[in-house]
Amino acid sequence: MSTVIKTFKKTELNTDFEVRSQNSMCVNRSELDKPLLSNLKFTFAGILFGIILVKSEVISWFRIQEMFRLQSFHMYGVIGSAIVVGIISIFIIKRFKIRSIDGEPIHFEPKKFNKGQIYGGLLFGFGWALTGACPGPLFAQIGTGATVIIVTLFSAIIGTWVYGFLREKLPH
Amino acid sequence: MNFIEWIKQPWPWYVAGPLIGLTVPVLFILGNKSFGVSSSLRHICAACAPMNISFFKYDWKKEVWNLFFAGGILLGGMISAFFLSNPDPVLIDTRLATELAGYGVTNTEGLVPKDLFNWESLLSVKGLILMVGGGFLVGFGTRYAGGCTSGHAIMGISNLQLPSLIATCCFMIGGFFFANIILPLILKL
Repeated sequence: MSTVIKTFKKTELNTDFEVRSQNSMCVNRSELDKPLLSNLKFTFAGILFGIILVKSEVISWFRIQEMFRLQSFHMYGVIGSAIVVGIISIFIIKRFKIRSIDGEPIHFEPKKFNKGQIYGGLLFGFGWALTGACPGPLFAQIGTGATVIIVTLFSAIIGTWVYGFLREKLPH
Repeated sequence: MNFIEWIKQPWPWYVAGPLIGLTVPVLFILGNKSFGVSSSLRHICAACAPMNISFFKYDWKKEVWNLFFAGGILLGGMISAFFLSNPDPVLIDTRLATELAGYGVTNTEGLVPKDLFNWESLLSVKGLILMVGGGFLVGFGTRYAGGCTSGHAIMGISNLQLPSLIATCCFMIGGFFFANIILPLILKL
């Protein structure tokens, strides 16, 4: 009986990982079982990230329109310098084999190409131009008191759900 | 000028960009997590309405850190609005201001244009397209692409992933096309 349960558990875990890895954005390789409240450190990181998004006006609909009209360097400067710092950070982490605070080796997930990055990328671009926000800024905009953006966020959740529903039928 | 006054000003790109870039190693070091926000929308679907769809049948509780992070972004927005908000009006490019005025969008205060995004206009065609349609495209498109600005443009390119560069180029092409060709038509409604 116990063997049966063990095998069952094992298969369940494996399929779960397979489903998760279908989407490279959604793989969390940390195998540690941490208590729920240990996640509060990510809330703290989110608070800092949210403050940066608001104070740099990255969540401004106007800044996004300026970016897509080539009327301001601001957004290009923000995204470009973020990438430069990201590249250097990842290089340092790999070079010195820096571990997480739990002592785990840091794992980088390579992304596989599929056509979804083109079709989905274009569709997201359309939505970005309309709402002036990507998913992170949607949360931050609601926080600043733009309560109607709750509707936009809800619609984004519906959009995600519809993608999941149609996934098998869409070209990838 | 004291610290609070100084921090209340809009932050220039060379301060904000590197800080956003540092989010990448911070999340790795805090718990081996890949920076990305749009996955949180998938986890919400998996938690609330998996409906037997294989894409949502996974143990979302293992990814709950992402929801804590997204909740933090919301709190960060609140803190900025209550304690750190800039008393001066947001400066926008005069060409954009003129163009928007032509569509009757004259209130450029704040970060979200109140003339376009408000509860009253939610039931108008324009409001529905911008808020409901735009939101849908953000959710559908990011998941189809496998990530958003944070997951692909910042995290993916930082890890020198070609698919992320392709995705980011498509975000920009889509945005340029819609902002310049389609959005003016919608704003005229």
